[in-house]
Amino acid sequence: MAELLEHPKLLKGDSGEWEIVIGLEVHAQVISNAKLFSGAPVAFGAEPNTQVSLVDAAFPGMLPVLNEHCVEQAVLTGLGINGTVNKYSRFDRKNYFYADLPQGYQISQFEHPIVTGGYIDIEPEGEVPKRIGVTRLHVEQDAGKSIHDQHPTQSYIDLNRSGTALMEIVSEPDMRSGEQATAYLSKLRQVLRYLGTCDGNMDQGSMRCDINVSVRHPGDELGTRCEVKNVNSIRFVRQAIEYEARRQIRLIENGGEVVQETRLYDPNKGETRSMRSKEDAHDYRYFPDPDLLPLRLEDEFIERIRAGMPELPDAKRARFVKDYGIADYDAWVMTADQATADFFETVVKGRDAKLATNWITGDYFAYLNREGFDVTNAPIGAEKLGGLVDLISDNTISGRIAKDVFEAMIESGKDAAAIVEEKGLVQITDTGAIEAIIDEVMAKNADKVADYRGGKDKLFGFFVGQVMKATQGKANPALVNQLLKPKLDG
Amino acid sequence: MSGLTDLTIAGARAGLDSGDFSARELAQAHIDAMAQHKALNAFITETPERALADADASDARRAKGESAGPMDGVPIAMKDLFCTEGVRSTAGSHILEPFVPPYESTVSGKLKAGGSVMLGKANLDEFAMGSANITSYFGPVTNPWVAGGGDNRQRVPGGSSGGSAAAVAARIAIAATGTDTGGSIRQPASFCGIVGLKPTYGRCSRWGIVAFASSLDQAGPMTRTVEDAATMLQVMAGHDPKDSTSAPYDTPNFAEKLRAGVKGLKIGVPKEYRVDGMPAEIDRIWHQGADWLRAQGADVVEISLPHTKYALPTYYIIAPAEASSNLARYDGVRYGLRVPGKDLKEMYENTRAEGFGAEVKRRIMIGTYVLSAGYYDAYYLKAQKVRSLILRDFTQAFEQVDAILTPTAPSAAFALGEKQDDPVQMYLNDVFTVPASMAGLPAISVPGGLSDEGLPLGLHLIGKPFDEVTLVQVAQALEEAAGFSARPAGY
Repeated sequence: MAELLEHPKLLKGDSGEWEIVIGLEVHAQVISNAKLFSGAPVAFGAEPNTQVSLVDAAFPGMLPVLNEHCVEQAVLTGLGINGTVNKYSRFDRKNYFYADLPQGYQISQFEHPIVTGGYIDIEPEGEVPKRIGVTRLHVEQDAGKSIHDQHPTQSYIDLNRSGTALMEIVSEPDMRSGEQATAYLSKLRQVLRYLGTCDGNMDQGSMRCDINVSVRHPGDELGTRCEVKNVNSIRFVRQAIEYEARRQIRLIENGGEVVQETRLYDPNKGETRSMRSKEDAHDYRYFPDPDLLPLRLEDEFIERIRAGMPELPDAKRARFVKDYGIADYDAWVMTADQATADFFETVVKGRDAKLATNWITGDYFAYLNREGFDVTNAPIGAEKLGGLVDLISDNTISGRIAKDVFEAMIESGKDAAAIVEEKGLVQITDTGAIEAIIDEVMAKNADKVADYRGGKDKLFGFFVGQVMKATQGKANPALVNQLLKPKLDG
Repeated sequence: MSGLTDLTIAGARAGLDSGDFSARELAQAHIDAMAQHKALNAFITETPERALADADASDARRAKGESAGPMDGVPIAMKDLFCTEGVRSTAGSHILEPFVPPYESTVSGKLKAGGSVMLGKANLDEFAMGSANITSYFGPVTNPWVAGGGDNRQRVPGGSSGGSAAAVAARIAIAATGTDTGGSIRQPASFCGIVGLKPTYGRCSRWGIVAFASSLDQAGPMTRTVEDAATMLQVMAGHDPKDSTSAPYDTPNFAEKLRAGVKGLKIGVPKEYRVDGMPAEIDRIWHQGADWLRAQGADVVEISLPHTKYALPTYYIIAPAEASSNLARYDGVRYGLRVPGKDLKEMYENTRAEGFGAEVKRRIMIGTYVLSAGYYDAYYLKAQKVRSLILRDFTQAFEQVDAILTPTAPSAAFALGEKQDDPVQMYLNDVFTVPASMAGLPAISVPGGLSDEGLPLGLHLIGKPFDEVTLVQVAQALEEAAGFSARPAGY
């Protein structure tokens, strides 16, 4: 395995080496069946403007009422990222005009967010593990969607998303490479999915990322940052960071200056471009929303949520290593998501964990890939795979036969035991029976026996093969080895 | 049928119950009065057919021996700030001129469910911003009162609930809904010689009422007697889970101590309300009110509310700040007026420039300014701090007294056209009503007598939070002592 880097690679420029400084703002859509301040449903992909209440469309006199479930989700997430849940938080209005923002303001949390000060531990590719600070998590409404490509001169507005609950999770500027940013996003997404608070589907927009990037010579003060908006895949995040960092370096080294601005990433061209400068930045005129009371949480409420918190990936991974004695890498693979972890635990329960792990990571994952299934929907589930592992463990079948049985299971959908029974694949462990077959094989191949005895040791494998062939592979291989040797040696 | 339009809610109920007249007859008498006094411009939208249908439903209930409550069959005017299902709801603004809500506000819904008969949507200052009902896109409302002595100038009814006040004073409606942000129920009640009650903030749901300043807006009844105000509030009030600022309290019987008298009660008279240049007649009526209560056995004491003078300037920071944000939704995109433009920004500009009147624009600009980066701390934040000091003044005063007596307004109704060039002069109308609004306290204006010119003057009582019972009790004592029986000539 390659050595892990203590520090990420620096970018080379004409004026020396440059360090990238990255902070991420992630907008994560809260899993909830209703919006943050209205009872409207939040189904993705519904017909435009069918998931909209009068509150979401900001009709006159409509008032927001906080959805308690969304608060629970935010608290759960806060605990999951090791943050402090604030017993007092407040909703503020962020005022700006846009056609897909019906109220003319977004209800958000500005001064008093619900969660502050957490962290996420990451393992960036090729680098040593690192802890990334989380500054804050706050709850806010999403806006609707403007659709500009349906009419030559007008835009269409879809308010289905308007009022949907988002968590904005803001990191410290702790990341120094695209790898770290990627690892942070992946880990955050994994934690959110474990918690069941966000589905993390970036392609559907339920997790979105704004990137703050600046560059500096190592040891220097922080440089001026640019914000790259709405990058909608983890791959693009890395590309956008690298492009943006190189753009800033080039700019500075050519005697220019980085201007604080908001930029957009264009995945088709692989570049960022200016969206608005600091001078054009909105004055959001934040003030406490007078339609809502401050949010006060009781200890009891927070503790109830803490008590219901699922085991998170890091803890689960450590437990798998400890309890099942599997390798850390395997434990990492098995805890990639909650469903895989549950699958793994169902299979290993009461079984040889190493054998089970090998089967899952080997033939079973290959099967999932080939057939396009995942652990939750594959016809061969954990119990069926477990049944196969059982037959290997108790010596009913050999590992080799097991591969055939597995293929037969895929084809017929039947249990391993039924296939073994049907096809008579039960392993021969009767010493006498095997000895008889060995004798037969030796009799048929007297010349080769002579050669072996004359020093051609390598022929041992030939005899094993013949015995296995004679038993259609059903002879217990260890037993064959054990019995064959003394007979050949004479 | 002028007898029918002179009834109180209590009187109408008695007549309906005994079968002296039907709800339909009662409604028709008021519809006739509405038609006769169209010149007052008290209504933006008249709904006579709806009123007759409501009345017939009420008669049908009575015929079966049923009742929807104490206002079953009572004709009322609905301030056009309440969204009413299927009935145009304009907030007095061009920008909402075509707006017909597909929903009913909680308070108007309670009145509807309570069997009241809606005559129409009453005129008001645009978005409830005004103190003379001259900012309405649908034209000013005329006060049915005129001064004596040959001064026939049209008088303003006060605002913003000017149409409601004029309709009740002119015997077009037995009662009306109002909303009060800084005095919009109490000041027009004073100008029109009727009773106007602003309940404690949170007592009535704000759901479905076009928002002006969310932390101040409160609906309340406008009636011709204190008893009627208590009755109507009974129907309007109650916790509403759709309004997060609605108080989760049970509604008491507001008339519980209506005739219990004021003997033994302590009434505070705040010295800071004796402002420079206050007209003698206002001072006189105030003293008169104190004397009436003292004569009935109340202990009237001077109190201090030291931050009073900051209330009005603070109000004119907080209310516009909230309004600037609340009115952002009127952008021409989804409902109401849209004036096209070459792009989105120009459409906004055209729509809002044409849709809003001058006073609304002024307040949006003030509000936007005080919330802007660099000014927020100096204006909005400071105003919020002062607001809590104002509340503290009242909290301390109420450790000592049961209610506070002040004048409602610094003058009687002024003539149309007066005070119109100087917004600050106009804002001063609310100098006595704004402090209670800032503190969220219940307050009521009761007719105290007539000015030297023969125009009504109101007395203003402020109560403890959620203690409308005592407020009504003291108001009733004032009403009885004042014996106000004057009425606008010709109505």
